[in-house]
Amino acid sequence: MADVLASLADIYTTIGNLLTRLFVDVLGASPELASGIIKFLGAGLLATSVLLILVFNIWFERKVMARIQDRIGPNRVGPWGIFQTVADLAKLFTKEIIIPDGADLVPFMIAPVISVMSVVLIWAVVPFAPTLIGTDLNIGALYFVAVSSLGVVSILLAGWSSNNKYALLGAFRGVAMLVSYEVPFVLALLVPVILSGSMRMGDIVRAQSIPFLVVMPVAALIFWIASVAEVGRQPFDVIEGESEIVSGYHIEYSGFAFAMFYAAEWAHGFTVCALMTVLFLGGWRGPGAEQIPTLGIVYFLGKTFLVYFFQVWTRAILPRMRIDHILSFSWKFLVPLSLVLLVLSVLADKLGQLYIPGYAVAGSFVDLLPRTALLLVVNLIVGGLAALWVAGLGRRERRRQEAALSVASIEGRAAQQAR
Amino acid sequence: MTITPETVAFAIMSVLVLGGGLGVVSSRNLIHAALYLALTLFGVAGLFVLLEAPFLAAVQVLVYLGAIAVLVTITIMVTRRLMGITENVNRQWPVAALIAVLAAAILGFVVISQFAGVYPTQAVPPDTIERMGQSFASHQGFLLPFEVASVLLLAAMIGAIVVARD
Amino acid sequence: MIPLHLYLLVSAGLFCMGIYGVLARRNAVAILMGIELMLNAVNINLVAFWRYISPESLNGQVFAIFVFAVAAAEAAVGLALIISIYRNRETVIAEDVNILKW
Repeated sequence: MADVLASLADIYTTIGNLLTRLFVDVLGASPELASGIIKFLGAGLLATSVLLILVFNIWFERKVMARIQDRIGPNRVGPWGIFQTVADLAKLFTKEIIIPDGADLVPFMIAPVISVMSVVLIWAVVPFAPTLIGTDLNIGALYFVAVSSLGVVSILLAGWSSNNKYALLGAFRGVAMLVSYEVPFVLALLVPVILSGSMRMGDIVRAQSIPFLVVMPVAALIFWIASVAEVGRQPFDVIEGESEIVSGYHIEYSGFAFAMFYAAEWAHGFTVCALMTVLFLGGWRGPGAEQIPTLGIVYFLGKTFLVYFFQVWTRAILPRMRIDHILSFSWKFLVPLSLVLLVLSVLADKLGQLYIPGYAVAGSFVDLLPRTALLLVVNLIVGGLAALWVAGLGRRERRRQEAALSVASIEGRAAQQAR
Repeated sequence: MTITPETVAFAIMSVLVLGGGLGVVSSRNLIHAALYLALTLFGVAGLFVLLEAPFLAAVQVLVYLGAIAVLVTITIMVTRRLMGITENVNRQWPVAALIAVLAAAILGFVVISQFAGVYPTQAVPPDTIERMGQSFASHQGFLLPFEVASVLLLAAMIGAIVVARD
Repeated sequence: MIPLHLYLLVSAGLFCMGIYGVLARRNAVAILMGIELMLNAVNINLVAFWRYISPESLNGQVFAIFVFAVAAAEAAVGLALIISIYRNRETVIAEDVNILKW
């Protein structure tokens, strides 16, 4: 009985062992071949489940957005409309893929594939539980940045090969935005890497006795903003703003190709929530997660859906930003802020290590408290100064516009009197 | 040579690299040439993974595929004219082909005669990335080249912005 | 294990394709793509030698990283120049930019 409980506690290793025994003993394969087959099966299962969890996500988002907008949302297809996404995807699959005249066929067809690929590849390094991770690369954090930069190529290909000026314009705007927000994305991503001393995702999760959201909240905020911009969600959805540029680089896509772009974008939205969870909220950590690894994925999914709820919330209430506002926000505010934050935090950390007794950089909850307090104070100071500066900017801009208006009104009156 | 997963992976990556390179230099349509360039760069990243340098593979994808290939593609899109019938090779292409083949022959001869059958003798130390990071910040390491490279990138950034502005 | 000379042959082949691309193509962007091929071939060479001859020293990988940095800088400036030439001369064919020739 205790044996069964112990094996259920670490269900992933149990399944792995069962499968290995199945292949080696029953089917007579060599251990390397067995492990290779199990890895292939695992990769296939992961990729499929990422795309399947999309079905739930889209329903969740539509219901939440509807409730925020004081309406009900899909409620016809199935109880509470839970099969709505299935119906939508079935419709998309059965539509004809219309290839525009003069379109370049190879980039046209490859672009959605690269888009989906760049999203699904990220899930290979996400730790779901202490013993369940695709592959614990020692450069995990750098890997998913590199892979998500592949999505830029797919947008460009889609925009160009559609042979459509609006698609090309939308693609250029999208590429400009994505490339601009990669810089604060990477700089804010450096924070968990520095705090945990390793780029492995497993190590980053294990170092979060106190979640990094509490230790460096401004860095988490910068990462959140940059990742929402990377996905192209409101308030940053100029890539596919339906009222502006008629869905940007998606214009000429229909049917299954559009379904792939659709799936890639929503899956990317969920993926950055998962990354935020792993990097700043502690991933699979929770009460009893180390002793019972099976619980790890429950905590992980719970936290990820909480972050996803926040993403849907911001999507529902914030208006779309203009593209030049988006770009100047990134380059003139986020990049300097994240650079200053990084330098000051690392400086404070080093000074703390040298001069504060009892300052630990790794360990349990109580060990990390001095470091948390120091870095939290530095964050709040930097964040407060940045907020004051932004407020001052607003005030200066308003004063400048009032001055311009008053000069114009005086001149206008003078011109009228001169006539 | 035995057929292991490593040899299969090497064969696939080499085909990507060499086939993509061939596509880059001989493709009539420039956008297709840019796509083949992206394919080649991806193959080179795969070769880095096979050579047990994962950091370099990630940096290759990030820098080359995520930035340089995008830059090249955007430049091609921006500088398209109404294309008449223009050839994509100039008058000296037979000489160029001869030089390329000759260089390949010489390099191939040197490589096969000097380095045939060399197998790795030592394993890669597992803390390579930590040591590399520390070497970029130490005087006995590569601190000076690191700073010079950052000045170079700053100069390139300013230069590109100034040149490409109207 | 894969013998070293196969990696070096791949690198040599890529380098020679880069040479052909630089010498024989008319479009300036295509010439730049040939240069990128050559730089990648050099990188493969460096890392192959690092792995097979002296993996405990860092020089090979660090050299390759500096080649990345230089290639990125050169691609950025080169493409900016090409765009500027296109704006002034309406052409990107390398042979047509020949005002300074005797």
